[in-house]
Amino acid sequence: MDRNKGGEPVNIKELPDKELFTPGHTACPGCAAPIVMRHVMKIFGEKSVVYNPACCLLVFGGTYPWIAWEVPYNHVAFENTGACITGISRALKNIGRDDVTVLGIAGDGGTADIGFQALSGAAERNEDVVYIMYDNEAYMNTGIQRSGSTPYGAWTTTTPAGSKIKGKERFKKDMATIMLAHNVPYVATLNIAYPADFLRKLEKAKEMSGFRFLQIYAPCPTGWRADPNSAVDLSKLAVETGMWTLWEAENGKVTINKKPKFTPVKEYLDQQGRFRHFDDEQYGIIEQWVKDKWDKDEKMLTALGGD
Amino acid sequence: MKRVVTGNYAAAYGAKVCKPDVVAAYPITPQTFIVEHISEFVNDGEMDTQFVRMDSEHSAMSACVSASATGVRTFTATASQGLALMHEILFIASAQRLPVVMPVVNRTVAGPIGIWVEYNDTMPQRDTGWLQVYVEDNQEVLDMTIQAFKIAEDHDVLLPMMVNLDAFILSHTVEPVDLIEQEEVDRFLPPYDPIANLLPETPMAVGTFSPPEYIQEVRYQTDVAMRKAEAVIERVNREFAEQFGRDYHGMLEEYRTDDADVILVTLGTVTSTARAVVDRMREAGKKVGIVKLRFFRPYPLEQIREIASRVDAIGFYDRSVSYGVGGPSYIEGRHALYGYTIPVMNFLAGIGGRDVMSEDVELMFDMLLKAAKEGKAEKDIVWIGTRGVNP
Repeated sequence: MDRNKGGEPVNIKELPDKELFTPGHTACPGCAAPIVMRHVMKIFGEKSVVYNPACCLLVFGGTYPWIAWEVPYNHVAFENTGACITGISRALKNIGRDDVTVLGIAGDGGTADIGFQALSGAAERNEDVVYIMYDNEAYMNTGIQRSGSTPYGAWTTTTPAGSKIKGKERFKKDMATIMLAHNVPYVATLNIAYPADFLRKLEKAKEMSGFRFLQIYAPCPTGWRADPNSAVDLSKLAVETGMWTLWEAENGKVTINKKPKFTPVKEYLDQQGRFRHFDDEQYGIIEQWVKDKWDKDEKMLTALGGD
Repeated sequence: MKRVVTGNYAAAYGAKVCKPDVVAAYPITPQTFIVEHISEFVNDGEMDTQFVRMDSEHSAMSACVSASATGVRTFTATASQGLALMHEILFIASAQRLPVVMPVVNRTVAGPIGIWVEYNDTMPQRDTGWLQVYVEDNQEVLDMTIQAFKIAEDHDVLLPMMVNLDAFILSHTVEPVDLIEQEEVDRFLPPYDPIANLLPETPMAVGTFSPPEYIQEVRYQTDVAMRKAEAVIERVNREFAEQFGRDYHGMLEEYRTDDADVILVTLGTVTSTARAVVDRMREAGKKVGIVKLRFFRPYPLEQIREIASRVDAIGFYDRSVSYGVGGPSYIEGRHALYGYTIPVMNFLAGIGGRDVMSEDVELMFDMLLKAAKEGKAEKDIVWIGTRGVNP
């Protein structure tokens, strides 16, 4: 793993004990998102403002009069994370508060679909914010409907495994690459099964200024019809099979942080009920997709890589 | 300093002298000159604000709401389709009690697509919890933009406010306007004193998911604030009149109503036409008068009741329609006049930006006089100047 491309590795033992995303939230058993939020907040610290659109995190992170967040927190609507964090950031700027980090934390639907315009606008303006997409690959809060970030073939309540059509017919939208095309200072994909890489990228994002986009893999055992103790194992398998590429781009220079082992995708898919209906043809389609994706990722590295 | 300027310049100048920390806006005809003038003020170093050229009106309003929640003064401007696109976020601005100020250049909402004056952009927003004032001339655009901050930011109110000006008739037409000096505005308008913010020293959650145990109280408190706004509007109007010598009479203005037999309730620039018609008809011995309805939210319910108690018939002019029911001003007026037995009429004219001529207004008065004499209107809702329709 090429860990030292910018930013010092974070010593996990030195993380602050204080929780800024506190216990008592109401996430489903085994949800990866709270693990993500706890560590995001340990890195970004008390001088942060968090914005959430409508998403699982909005609901399980705090239902009035309770709140799990120990930092200023704002919610306005669903499709406007990029716009709202713009508003907070500009307001802080005009009163001279450059010491505060503004974090927009949105789900995949709120990022890749309905929130895409506001996100693209904020990125194009290079707003001084950190945008975190926690990617659980469907609209989980409303009951597991497909999003643009749902992988091929997955069962959701709007892409059922029917007798004629089995699961989602299109492939996952590649948000991180789309954000790279916005020429923003920092784009990275993160995965909790690789904690050193995960924390280093958060630290990196904290150190930098301008628009920073982090796409974090966040298994949803409830929606993926998987074992509640599987979030970390699935995260690791996602990288090993090549389903999820760990990479980052600092000022346009791309680094792939982990080369896949190309473990058969079947090992990843078979642990999740959302792929239970797969036949050989569908396994084959995903295998081909992984190959094509890795080819493209490698070409991108060669073309846009550092040094 | 008097200068000949457009309504859009007056709105932009109003924003400049009120010194908002954040302006987030998106261009739309006929509002574009407002954002263009602000761009010039900012790029020439005359205006110290974070001016964000947003990607849509929905994003503009979203940015304003979050900026305002952060605890700073916030301004935007829009029109028509842009306001319709903001609709979702308008409710949130008022529920979070954020005093965003926004001139709206009233323009037809499609379809068919059109760019001329109509109130079917702002009228459907009456239930979003925003204060709404409709103005008559470019001086009033500036004066009400300045007053809007003082009214909206008052701790008894803390609600967002729209300043509504007619497309082209005001937005693109020049008139002499007294451009109030910065020091004078500073003397009139205190700095924004937010009751909450998003600063790390005082961590607070604004806009959390809320169960039914709490939402009804939010609605009630917003309703109370809207009702309290009436007194604040009247007070700010008096303070403004004392300092600047221009008295807009707060919620509404009466014109030659003292001994009137009939009254027409107007909105926006049609008021100016109606003033001239009243003067002419008075010379001919007809006792007519007008009420210039300035604020539609809050609505001057008691004042309308009191005025109507002095006349034999009352009419409401509308530049938009709620299909099958009548114009919004008429609907509100009928509600205010529940229990009254005088004829209450609705005149729909100037829809889609068609000119409302003095003959049209004269016809409204003639129909009101006839209804007053007969104690009954031939028909309650009258479309004036509509091809193929007899008024």
